[in-house]
Amino acid sequence: MAFLSIKNVAIRGISACVPAYVEENLEIIDVPSMDIDKLIKTTGVERRHVATQGICTSDMCFAAAEKLIEELDWNKDEIEGLIMVTQSPDYLVPATSPSLQHRLGLSQNCFTIDISLGCSGYIYGLSTLASYMQSGMIKKALLCVGDVSSISCSKQDKSTYPLFGDAGTVTALEYCELDEGMKFHLSSDGSGYKAIIIPDGGHRRRFSESSLSEHVIDKGIIRNNSELWLDGMDVFSFGISKAPETVNKLLTKFEIVKDSVDHFFFHQANLMMNERIRKKLQLPENKVPYSLKDFGNTSSASIPLTMVTKTADELRNGQNNIIACGFGVGLSWATMHCNTTNLVIPDLIYYG
Amino acid sequence: MNIEKFIQEFTEQFDDLDTSTFTAETLFKENDEWSSMTALSIIAMVDDSYKVRLTGDDVRNSKTIQDIYDIVLAKSKL
Repeated sequence: MAFLSIKNVAIRGISACVPAYVEENLEIIDVPSMDIDKLIKTTGVERRHVATQGICTSDMCFAAAEKLIEELDWNKDEIEGLIMVTQSPDYLVPATSPSLQHRLGLSQNCFTIDISLGCSGYIYGLSTLASYMQSGMIKKALLCVGDVSSISCSKQDKSTYPLFGDAGTVTALEYCELDEGMKFHLSSDGSGYKAIIIPDGGHRRRFSESSLSEHVIDKGIIRNNSELWLDGMDVFSFGISKAPETVNKLLTKFEIVKDSVDHFFFHQANLMMNERIRKKLQLPENKVPYSLKDFGNTSSASIPLTMVTKTADELRNGQNNIIACGFGVGLSWATMHCNTTNLVIPDLIYYG
Repeated sequence: MNIEKFIQEFTEQFDDLDTSTFTAETLFKENDEWSSMTALSIIAMVDDSYKVRLTGDDVRNSKTIQDIYDIVLAKSKL
């Protein structure tokens, strides 16, 4: 049972950046129109902000970091850690986090780590960064989280293309003595590694000519091996069973009263799955915000993006008791609980 | 578990189709309504009623309601 309780670290602020370019799902021409209505109803995704040619996750994280540091009124020299959680790095080699440290003008006295996780990545990133900070040697650090997923989806794949949007986010953590900190439950099941996968282009299966051959999977699902493969049924089955389970485990382990929690932020997978999870946990609608409709599934960015676009006013003012839960690619899933106070949340930033 | 109750729960996942003739041997994908959305509803029903996690392969490899029932039965004994 991977539980963690990390004291003396608090979230200070959260910022999010999305591409300015918007794609309306109703206007997608590769999917027959009757299908798309049904698809929008089931997934809950009406439109997505999509990265145009050349926009990387790190570009959006850069913009989000600059704005957040400014509004927090932090001195860049004080920032001694930066973690980048993404599955769409700038390069296969080197890692993206050192170049982001340099680009942001952070000092060389700054540790940097890349973490390759998707849907569960925000929670894993928080647990890693908070663990580094809990002894008090590092006072201020940034967690950069996001993905450009649209570029990996086949335009002829109705099961992925209308679902994924792009976003980059930054969360600022600070050492804060006597803060009760954050509590985590973390899990993995690599037997499901094929449920969400880009088969070719890594070291197990190098990119080759055959990576571009089209595979007809089903009606409306054509993809190649350099694109994202998603087994919708496997992921759905996994999500509706594991997400409620990990939330309940965290609540039980740390004796958190469910009714005392103000907001439950779930990874934005798709509406059918998220509603199933909400109902299983018997949570009221007003405590479970969704950013799916206007942004789609934004991978690891979906939790902080939901915080920024749906609950910024509440989080900016006063105390909030929150739970966040991510689940998906890996397979990997995790839940976090903490209290926040007067978070600094800049308005959503549009890139390009 | 009993198959009659399972067939009833199974057929409830179809919205428009006349399922009154459905039996254990019905080829449940051989109709106009079956889609990936119906599949998700079946997976959700099995999770709800039997606490069993069906995989994509379980559904893909099944033809009749009996096939799905047998998988659920086997997995619920684990």
